[in-house]
Amino acid sequence: MSPASQSARDLMRRDRAFDFSSQQRAWLQFKESMRRDRQFDFMVNVKDLELDISHGPILYIEDLNVSFDGFKAIDHLNFYVDAGELRCVIGPNGAGKTTMMDIITGKTRPDSGSVYFGQKIDLLRLSEPEIAEIGIGRKFQKPTVFEHHTVFENLELAMAGDKRVFPTLFARLSGEQRERIDEVLGIIGLGEQAQREAGALSHGQKQWLEIGMLLMQNPLLLLVDEPVAGMTHQEMDRTAELLLSLQGKHSVVVVEHDMDFVRSIARRVTVLHQGTVLAEGSMEQVQNDPRVVEVYLGE
Amino acid sequence: MGPLTPLRGDTGGQVMLAVVLLVAIAVPVLNLAVPDGNPWHVSTYTVTLLGKYLSYALLAVTVDLVWGYLGILSLGHGAFFALGGYAMGMYLMRQIGDRGVYGDPVLPDFMVFLNWKELPWFWHGFDMFWLAALMVVLLPGLLAFVFGWLAFRSRVTGVYLSIITQALTYALMLAFFRNEMGFGGNNGLTDFKDILGFNLQADSTRVALFLASALALAVGYIACRWIVTSRLGRVAVAIRDAEARTRFIGYRVDRVKLAIWTFSAMLAGVAGALYVPQVGIINPGEFAPLNSIELVVWVAVGGRATLYGAVVGAVLVNYGKTYFTGAFPEAWLFALGGLFVLVTLLLPRGIAGLFRLRLRRRTEAPAVREARA
Repeated sequence: MSPASQSARDLMRRDRAFDFSSQQRAWLQFKESMRRDRQFDFMVNVKDLELDISHGPILYIEDLNVSFDGFKAIDHLNFYVDAGELRCVIGPNGAGKTTMMDIITGKTRPDSGSVYFGQKIDLLRLSEPEIAEIGIGRKFQKPTVFEHHTVFENLELAMAGDKRVFPTLFARLSGEQRERIDEVLGIIGLGEQAQREAGALSHGQKQWLEIGMLLMQNPLLLLVDEPVAGMTHQEMDRTAELLLSLQGKHSVVVVEHDMDFVRSIARRVTVLHQGTVLAEGSMEQVQNDPRVVEVYLGE
Repeated sequence: MGPLTPLRGDTGGQVMLAVVLLVAIAVPVLNLAVPDGNPWHVSTYTVTLLGKYLSYALLAVTVDLVWGYLGILSLGHGAFFALGGYAMGMYLMRQIGDRGVYGDPVLPDFMVFLNWKELPWFWHGFDMFWLAALMVVLLPGLLAFVFGWLAFRSRVTGVYLSIITQALTYALMLAFFRNEMGFGGNNGLTDFKDILGFNLQADSTRVALFLASALALAVGYIACRWIVTSRLGRVAVAIRDAEARTRFIGYRVDRVKLAIWTFSAMLAGVAGALYVPQVGIINPGEFAPLNSIELVVWVAVGGRATLYGAVVGAVLVNYGKTYFTGAFPEAWLFALGGLFVLVTLLLPRGIAGLFRLRLRRRTEAPAVREARA
């Protein structure tokens, strides 16, 4: 039993939005074939493999450990996210929220443990761009949009597709792509602003645009870091609606400090503390958990 | 999509190209058809001067392409210009044949002077125009490709990159000063006689070279405009504004930079090749770091990231230079310096910034970008 197995072939199978070029395919195949534990795997029929979410979860984190200079940032963490779920992660500063995101996206390598996308894709074996390409998108705390491009162009640039030099030089927007951009403009509520320069948007609008840019990459799993920091109440409500509208179609993990905001969107909440899960459940359950009250809510 | 599609929505560029077209029609007529004594006559000296300005303008466009749209402040673009110029100069040297001072049928004068017995290997084939023309784009392109590949892959950016481009052109200048390099040392290549069989001193050849410069500027401008209006152009601006973010959404930033940078260098080589037969000389002074800095100033004066602004800046500054050197030979450097200071203080977006302000006021409603459909 080795769910790590054919991550490369998994990627190829899932031909939906991610068209691997032949070189990428060859490279991934080569990388896989060089793994000592599976010398003969390239014999396996690629058709048998795909992103496997048949058991429910799209993300499996098991027995994860990371330490920085002796400080245990993540300590025997177990964390699962179901496909299509909207999950909120809360916890005091230093609880390991951002470190967990870093590990999922390949930015930080753990000391031990496993991280799987579906049942078969081992994220620890993929590089950052590969992880982005198989459909895990991340929004950082500080919004960075392309200020001198219009909102429309920002979405166009982020769109999934062939991003090599010459295809980009000759790229023309197809009707389908235009519709997709319009659809995302609708989702993030910036249809009116489509032709405005992104630099002229308000802070909240920039955050939505950034979420829109993530959506253009057709991610299956969205990691959203502090989406409402610095927002007004109206903007927060709007962001809550936006995130709620994504569940079902995308799996979303939101890390947030603002309790009112979490209360307004969360179905399930995970409380992290000292790198491990302290409690998990509905907002009421979590809020009434005495340990949670002690470390976090009761402050 | 026609060849002029990239000009849609580019009012400044349209006006600039219309003026170039007008000048390209009027000047040859006034030079060749109007007799010498007539007040409307344009002297051959002026034709050549204008041709020189046009090749400078093309050079400025290539700098604006990488600086204005890609964020690479190149302080070494003069090197690509000079390399293209040397390739053309080598062809012109071979065309002299046995009409040189020493009358050697194969060896250029400076080689006879240095007592060389045979042509160095890299001078072979330069008697053929097609090969020389190919080298005009290939040599600068190759240098830019190798330099860019090393620099962009190691993610050298900003002021560090500017400094090494400066070092690049300085190193080339020192190398070309050496007689042993085989490019005429500090005298460079000169005493050209003819190009493609036409006498370089003839009025008609001068006019043809002027027209070739105008054509090269127009084609080069439209090509750059085409890149800038493509999605690749938008990626380039994204790299200029937020490089890490562009990488994060999946673009190979180093390759985008390398492609546009190399193209820019090749076009700069073409500008150099048009410059050399018109001024009649190419020497290592063209590699001087100061030249490369000066041409960045042309772009800044004209207005960065507009392309047409680079053309305006190059022509105006060089006209100013010609005028001031004639009018106040002692004070022209101060006049030029004063101009730069004034423009930087009063027109941070260059001369093009003035036009843009006016355009925006006229078309108050947000321009709908259907051009891209």
